[in-house]
Amino acid sequence: MIRQFAWIDVMFLVAALRWTLALSAVAFAGGALIGAAVAVLRFSRLAPVRFAGAAYTQLVQGMPLLVWIFGLYFGLAIFGFPVGPWTAASCALSVYASAYLGEIWRGALLAIPRTQWEAGASLGLGQFSQLRYVIVPQALRVATPPTVGFLVQLIKDTSLASTIGFVELTREGQTTTAATFQPFTVYMTVAVLYFLMCFPLTQLSRRLERRLHGAR
Amino acid sequence: MTYVFQFRDVLAYWPALLHGVGVTLLLAVAAMAGGLMIGIVGASVQLYARPPLRLVVTSYVEAIRNTPLLIQLFIVFFGLSQIGLRLDAPVAAVVALIVNVGAYATEIVRAGLQAVPRTQIEAGHALGLSGYQVFRHVVLVPALKMMFPALSSQFTLLLLATSVVSLISVEDLFHTASIIQSRTFRDFEVYAVIGIVYLTLALTCRAGLALVYQGAFGRR
Repeated sequence: MIRQFAWIDVMFLVAALRWTLALSAVAFAGGALIGAAVAVLRFSRLAPVRFAGAAYTQLVQGMPLLVWIFGLYFGLAIFGFPVGPWTAASCALSVYASAYLGEIWRGALLAIPRTQWEAGASLGLGQFSQLRYVIVPQALRVATPPTVGFLVQLIKDTSLASTIGFVELTREGQTTTAATFQPFTVYMTVAVLYFLMCFPLTQLSRRLERRLHGAR
Repeated sequence: MTYVFQFRDVLAYWPALLHGVGVTLLLAVAAMAGGLMIGIVGASVQLYARPPLRLVVTSYVEAIRNTPLLIQLFIVFFGLSQIGLRLDAPVAAVVALIVNVGAYATEIVRAGLQAVPRTQIEAGHALGLSGYQVFRHVVLVPALKMMFPALSSQFTLLLLATSVVSLISVEDLFHTASIIQSRTFRDFEVYAVIGIVYLTLALTCRAGLALVYQGAFGRR
């Protein structure tokens, strides 16, 4: 049955938005965990370990996110792990986020002068303690603006989870379109909702960046 | 594990894969060319035009950068038909991609033009160069050098992002995957192969663009 796009549809879209947020949060957490590991790998003393970190980053960044989503959704089943849309999407987005966050954080670690590591060493700190107590606290300030910026990217990318049937904002928009035949109105509303989530973060990222440069 | 991998079934579709690669490359190049033109106009407006025009460009850039490409694509393809403008899927795909890249290109070009210090421009004028000569030799070439790396990585991202056009049934590389999948039922193999093809494309583009950069700006 065809019905008019009404206020109730907007409420349904807003309700679906929490799944976009949930997926973004899970993907960010998973991506942060793997990404931190990847970033640290690339500072290893062992060349093969450094290479593995770089290869992982290239492999993930060189393929579209859709390949990861479809690959995990359809592919994991043959290894004996049949996964649903939620698991497949959150795994794919975590992997995807980890490569970008790893790269951002590696850059932030590299931005700290070599002499800071040496200063840590001269205080008798081991390599891990140098990282933990000297480098990371300084690198965090450098890393925050681009990390927030990437979070915006990630929220937008969760829209691709709709392709495997995960019901978030975009998928709810498709359902609403099918019921109302008003694609322009529906997708414009969806776009506005994404904008309301992303724009404040974009502004925050920009403000943090300005503060960082002002402080130097 | 009892599963037997059958990559041969998938690779038998190599002509379809090749066609998909062609469409994907064509989309990326067309979108980059169009996006760059919007970027140059947009950046010039932001830097040199009156405030009301500037506001228009800024709103465009923010609207695009804070919404997903998929939704932009749906608005162009499905949405515009509601208000009487029906576009074919490939046309809608190119339009959506150009509009999307245009916003990112505007930011990149603006940053590049801004990176040329005022004093350099004044020095150009002091040497008696004309306005055009100053723009051409003092502003444009160094700005291009600044922009090139950002634009190259934007192009690589775009090449991969074009995969979303398969969702409005444009027959690009990713769409080829779903066709092969539905005919062979080799789910894992299909996406492994498609992934490797994309990876090869992305790495080749990156290497190629790095060579172009070396050739054009390396010796300056």
